[in-house]
Formats: sequence, structure tokens, C-alpha cells
Amino acid sequence: MLSVRNLSITFAMYEAGLRRRAITPIAGLDLDVRAGELLGVIGASGSGKSLLAHAVLGILPSNASAAGQIWFKGELLTPARQEALRGKEIALIPQSVGFLDPLMRVGRQVRRAAQLSGASSPVEAQRRIFERYGLRPQDARLYPFQLSGGMARRVLVSTAAVGQASLIIADEPTPGLHPEVVAETLRHMRELADEGRAVLLITHDVGAALTVADRIAVFYAGTTVEVAPVADFQGDGAALRHPYTRALWRALPQNEFISLPGAQPTPDDLPAGCLFAPRCPLATAECRAARPELRPVRGGWARCIHVES
Amino acid sequence: MVGAGFSMLDVSFTMLMLSFVIKKAARLAALLLMLSAVAFALVSLSPIDPVTAYVGADMLRVGPEQRARIAERWGLDDPPVERYLRWLGQVAQGDLGVSMIYRQPVIEVIGQRFLASLGLMGAAWLCSGVLGFALGVLAGGSAGSVFDRLVRWFAYVLASTPTFWLALLLLIVFSVELRWTPICCAMPAGIAPEDVTLAQRLHHLILPAATLSILGVANITLHTRQKLIAVLESDYALFARAQGETRWSLIRQHGLRNIALPAVTLQFASFSELFGGSVLAEQVFAYPGLGQAAVPAGLRGDVPLLLGIVLFSAVFVFTGNTLADLAYQLLDPRIRLAQLA
Ligand code: SF4
Repeated sequence: MLSVRNLSITFAMYEAGLRRRAITPIAGLDLDVRAGELLGVIGASGSGKSLLAHAVLGILPSNASAAGQIWFKGELLTPARQEALRGKEIALIPQSVGFLDPLMRVGRQVRRAAQLSGASSPVEAQRRIFERYGLRPQDARLYPFQLSGGMARRVLVSTAAVGQASLIIADEPTPGLHPEVVAETLRHMRELADEGRAVLLITHDVGAALTVADRIAVFYAGTTVEVAPVADFQGDGAALRHPYTRALWRALPQNEFISLPGAQPTPDDLPAGCLFAPRCPLATAECRAARPELRPVRGGWARCIHVES
Repeated sequence: MVGAGFSMLDVSFTMLMLSFVIKKAARLAALLLMLSAVAFALVSLSPIDPVTAYVGADMLRVGPEQRARIAERWGLDDPPVERYLRWLGQVAQGDLGVSMIYRQPVIEVIGQRFLASLGLMGAAWLCSGVLGFALGVLAGGSAGSVFDRLVRWFAYVLASTPTFWLALLLLIVFSVELRWTPICCAMPAGIAPEDVTLAQRLHHLILPAATLSILGVANITLHTRQKLIAVLESDYALFARAQGETRWSLIRQHGLRNIALPAVTLQFASFSELFGGSVLAEQVFAYPGLGQAAVPAGLRGDVPLLLGIVLFSAVFVFTGNTLADLAYQLLDPRIRLAQLA
């Protein structure tokens, strides 16, 4: 359905004195997601996860430029193609109600999404999607600020599910929510995948992603370091391929609950070799010499020179 | 159940409006009291002798006894505080006194004059609002384009143009050179007011109204442009684009809705500029409005009329600000519904 190959995103920044500076928060980003599959995209904040969503939709800010390739249904995405697909074939579920028009009733916003997706009867489509997600007909008359956390989630999912999009990108859909609401939201994501849609679940919540995803793509400092089936996340993490993934797995509360010391490098201060080398327990001089390539390892992918295929 | 819910809502809404009105009325009363005291003090300190100003060129033929009699009849010899309190007492009974210049009750002078100004200011208010909003939307929607830069340049130039200068310029171009518009006044000379046609009145209104509108446009244009740019950079605009909105459909769906209220508010809050502009424009075009009456009232020491105009203009500006407040309370669902909750 969607393949992202060696995506990089560069921002042109203007510093004092009008000196131009470029920063590249995303470089070497790769992933695939198939129809009916839920791919969890995990990474700490600042790893470029939201930018991935915006790059696929073609809505990056004007001072950003993307390089690399994005394929959708076997077709290379161009800006024109993205414009034609946005809201019809590819839909976004945003983080919060802050992404809804504060002065428009939510029913109308869902009807507009239905209309843009090409629905023949937006009114009927909105009524049905509200019913599906347990929203009452009169909830359509509410403004975003009147929604409770749970209702807000359901309205946001409605805007994406009301159309026939075959790829749904959920950008951090469970920030700081009540556990019940988180579980419900994750269930909705799973249902969308089970309907045959491809779902990208972008989140920093590793535990949440593991409960519903089929596969997991792990981001570190703007690159994909591993892609693994969810079944590999078990025990002491021996089945996992990359040291960072293993560290994330161990840091979960149900495991050793020890987080990795240090912090992810910032885009304007990246190490020369492997981006993870400064924090990697297995790092050698070789690791610091050049950026490792992403290569197939045991039915998944990993960007590490010290892992046997 | 639903019916009961709505009537409850109505009751609390009425209560809310009532407290709003009471609060506003109290504030207005305090404002007027202070303003009139300051204005009165300034007039008392001014070196203009009302009698001299009133009698004017006939001064030579008016003896000292006559002057004293006029001064006595106007109560000019009493101490200022006493005169102020006497005036205040009359105002409280709804009597603003008699204008010395027009020899007519102040309330009548203001009434007639304001009617003329109202046409002028109303036309300018609407034109500048509609034109400014439209220009602001087009410029903000195409931010950075040549059109946007032209609009911004135009607005900055206008914002720094003195009213009387623009009025004179328009007068020279359209009335003197092109002879498209009359040179002065609200109606042709030598025709009884009841015989003047609406077309003639409008013809006389064009230039003064155009002057005021052109000056009012700058502010609303720049403000609308800025707001629209902020909306287009918002999260909800980003999400709308993700849903397939294009730039102009996005502005239609979400932009106008989110910038209309600030624009309406700004336009109501601009009553003071509007009034100030009308004083100057009416002066240049000899348009017999309230502003044109304010100048001689000040220069010739017509205290009752001057104070009357000060009070009236304060009420006028206050009304604009109140309408601006009210617009938010009534039109923004976040404020309206949050207050009821
Ligand atoms: S390449 Fe070296 S430094 Fe990088 S993750 Fe692998 S072992 Fe660690």
C-alpha cells in the first residue's frame, strides 16, 4: 500500500544576519505498510514522527523540502498526486481537538470531511459514522471545546473513517488520555485495519503500539533503525535486531523498567557514524566510521553493522 | 424536557444580558461625569472670552454695560464649580442648555447635525469594513505575492496620510479638476431643503464618505490579513489541508468564520477614529455634520454646545465599544456557551 524509501526532510532556516542554514530532522527513513495491516511507528518525541505523516500527505511547511521516494499503491507520489489523494485515499487522524475548527460544530466538520472524501451523501455518512462510534445525533451540534476527551477521540476518528481512505495515518492519537479512552482508541485503530485499510499508528507509547500493531517500525533521530513483527517483542528481547529497540523494550514497566541513559541527538548535532553509537552498549570504532545501511535481518529490517542476518 | 431546558437557558441568558447592561451603564455614567468635568475645566481655563467670540465684529458697537448684561444672563461671572454643578443639574433633568451660536437648544443642534453625520459615517463605516475585509482576505490568502505587497504598501501609505490632506486632494481632483462632485456642503445651494432629491444628497455625500472610507480601510485590511495568515498557520488549517481542502476552499470553510468576528469587533471599536475623521472631513467639505459644529463651538467658546458634543461623542464611541464586546458575547460560541454553563 505505502512504501517510504530513504525519505529525508530538510528545513531551510534563517538565522540572525540572514545566514541560511539547513537542518535535516529526517534522513534515511524507510517503511512499508500493507492493506489490512497496522504498522506501529514508535520513537521518542523529536524523532521526526509527525513529519513523516505530513510528508506522506504533502502538507509540509513551505520552508521544508523532502527527498527520497514515497510510493502509494504502486505509484510514485508527486505533489499533484498527493493533492488528489489527500482526504480521499489517505486520511489523517490528528493528535487533539486543537486540529478541529474551534468555531464550527463537529457534525459539520465530519460532514465536510465526508464531502471532501467524495461521499455521495455527507449527511447520511456523518449520521452513520456517529452511530458507529457511539456518538449521539445531538453531539453533532457541539463545538470542539465542548467535547470530553473520549468524545473528542471518537470525533477525530470519525473524520478519517467517514470516507473510504485506504491508508489512515494516526499521529499520536493517545496523548495523555484516560486508560479506558486509550484502549478504546487503539481498538478503533485495529478495526480500521481489520476492514482492510492500511493503518500507520505513530506514537511514542511503545506499550500501546504493541497491543494492536502487526509490525513495528522504530525511529531514532529521524531514521528507521528497525522494522520487526510484533511477536519479536517478548522475553528478554533476544529476537529483536537493533540495540535501541531492545532498550525500548526493556524500558517498559512490565519488563526491567530501566530506561537508557543519555538522549537522542538533535538534528543540528548528529554524530558522524551510527546515530545510536553514543548510547550503544555494543558500539565499536567501526560503528563511528560510517552510517550503517538498513538491511534485511531475520524477516525484519535493521540498521546496525553488528547484527547477523 | 427539552422545552424546559431551553426556557432555563433563556432565563439565564436574560439575566446575563441584564447584568451586562447594568455594568455597562454604570461605567458609562462614570465616564461621562469625568469627561464633562475635564472638558468644563479646560473650557474655563481657555483664554477665549465667549462674549467677545459671540459678538465678534460688532464688538465696537457693544458697550461695556451690554457685555456685562450678556455675561450675567449666561451666568459667566459665577465661579466655575458653581457653573459646572448648575449645568450638571440641568443635564440630569435632560436639559443640555441652549447653544450660544445657533440660539437653539443644544439637543436639537446635535440631533440635526448628527443625522447628517450619521449618513456620512455610516456609509464610510460600511464601505471601509467591506472593502477592508475583502482586501485583507485576498492579501492574506496570497501572502507574499505581488498583490499582497501592493495591498500592504497601499495600507501603510494610507495609515500615515492626514485626513485633511486626503480630503483636499480628493476635492482638487474630483471637484475642481474633473468637476464630477460638488465642491462643498450636503446639498446644492439655493434650493429649499425639502426640494433636494436623494440623488443630490448622495452626490454631495460621495467625497466626504470616500475620504473617511479610504482612511478606515487601512486598519481593517492589515488586521484581517494578519488574522487570516495566523488562521492559515493554525493546526486546524493543517488538518483541513490533510482532509483535502485547497487554499481558497480552506479560507471559505474555516478562514472567514474565524476572522469575521475579530474584524466586526475592530470595526465597532473604530468609532472613535471614525468620529475624529468626520470632524476633519466635514470641515474640509463644509459638510454640516456634528463634527463641523464642534469646531466653531470650541473656537467661539459655546460651552453648552461644546459640552453637549463632548458627551454625545463619548456616548457614541462607548456604544461602538459596547457593541464590540457584545459581538463576542453573542457570536463566539466559546464565550456564549461557556458563560451559560
Ligand atoms: S551500528 Fe554499532 S553503534 Fe550502531 S547500533 Fe549497531 S552496534 Fe550500536
